[in-house]
Amino acid sequence: MDVLLDNLDVYWRGLVTTVGLFVVSGIGSLVLGTLVAGLRVSPVPILRSFGSLYVTVLRNTPLTLVLFFFAFAYPRLELVEFSFFTLACIGLTLYTAAFVCEVVRSGINTVPVGQAEAARALGFTFTQTLGQIVLPQAVRSVVPPMTNIQIALLKNTTIASGFAVFQLGSVYSVLSERGYNVLVGLLWVALFFVVLVVPLTLLQRRLDATWGASR
Amino acid sequence: MSSVLYDVPGPAADRRNRLLGVVGTVAIVAILGFVVWRFYDAGQFSPRLWEWITYVRIQYLLLDAIWATVSAFGVAAVLSLLFGAVFAAGRLSEHAWVSGPSTAVVELFRAVPLLVLIFILYFGLSQGAGIEIDAFWAVVIGLMLYNGSVLAEVFRAGVNAVPRGQREAAYALGMRKTQVMRSVLLPQAFRSMLPTILSQLVVVLKDTALGFIILYPELLYQARFLGSQTQLGSPILPVALVVAVIYIGLCLILTWVSRLVEKRITRGPKATTPTGGDREVAAAVP
Repeated sequence: MDVLLDNLDVYWRGLVTTVGLFVVSGIGSLVLGTLVAGLRVSPVPILRSFGSLYVTVLRNTPLTLVLFFFAFAYPRLELVEFSFFTLACIGLTLYTAAFVCEVVRSGINTVPVGQAEAARALGFTFTQTLGQIVLPQAVRSVVPPMTNIQIALLKNTTIASGFAVFQLGSVYSVLSERGYNVLVGLLWVALFFVVLVVPLTLLQRRLDATWGASR
Repeated sequence: MSSVLYDVPGPAADRRNRLLGVVGTVAIVAILGFVVWRFYDAGQFSPRLWEWITYVRIQYLLLDAIWATVSAFGVAAVLSLLFGAVFAAGRLSEHAWVSGPSTAVVELFRAVPLLVLIFILYFGLSQGAGIEIDAFWAVVIGLMLYNGSVLAEVFRAGVNAVPRGQREAAYALGMRKTQVMRSVLLPQAFRSMLPTILSQLVVVLKDTALGFIILYPELLYQARFLGSQTQLGSPILPVALVVAVIYIGLCLILTWVSRLVEKRITRGPKATTPTGGDREVAAAVP
């Protein structure tokens, strides 16, 4: 208990950054992932192949490597200077979007074919069919896997601690500097994550129960 | 490819699609070109920074690094499949004293980030409990605990997704619990969960890169090492590109092999869908 109480400031700072990273890149990845999914089912062949190229590359690259690129190679570009926090957000967003895209696409596949056919028969364009008919129905079946991916994103934010973003994952280094028991300190971090993940899991159950597609 | 989401394009739609395609291509090529140009401008493509590839010792170093990555992946993959099987069986058990603890273990390790697990194994245990675990085993055990729990959930969901009638019919035929599981439920469940298992294995392969943070000498660690060598001109970008290609290559090989396995195992009609994919909503957890 001492380890936690004596270092509350460190834990608090870590927690705030973790949640910040999660919220920013969570929203970012949902938006970008849905856009890429839209590209992947669009009527323009070349945009389709860009979409699948993006997903293939990002899904097969370790997140650590993506962040590695943004932490070490991006500064050499001498473009706009961002803080490590912003760079970590960009990296996490780009990486998670690929997974979000796949989930959205498989969600589109669960919508009965007749829905899109009826929309087309009514003269809806592709964007209208997708945006007003198919996607809203896809949301229902997509809730559980999407929450899993967002939970994974929350946990993946710890990887940013390997690249100079101070958050929960980097608490241990401060503790060992201050001479506290690192094992106990890390177990507290683990507990923090359990506490953060449980509400998300409950939210997932709740959403799945209210919106869940009848299967 | 035709899709139910849009009509077969007529002449006007065809023109519009082509225009959109050109605009999209130009935009994407412009962004990529800009990035490449900036790197070129920063001197990252000068021949000097690519010289390192020609050194035989560095090639051996990279081969060793690939071996370190692949061996950690192999051991971790086998162990997490075992861990997943054991704990999925535990969760499916009818005895509360087996299923309770199994559920607790699986939920715990699913909630704790992999990196924190690895830190606990590597830094925590050695400084807090005096147990030294070397970097390889810290990575492997971390991967086993995390991916094992994810796989346990996949297995459990797969078994539960088999239509109830199958189980009931098997019991009605007088089969025992283990027989029902082994000869009726598992073979059917295995078919439906195979794609998810295989993509989870790709995740295991990618996550070995976390070893970099605790200085396990795998690919990314060597990339950092080579990238910071001033006598090579600190070629961080060329090294990062080469390592990215190696990782993507390894993952694609793994995907390709698993597709072959999948094709051999799952034969038979499949439900078709609007975009021609599978009907299932299941995803590996990154």
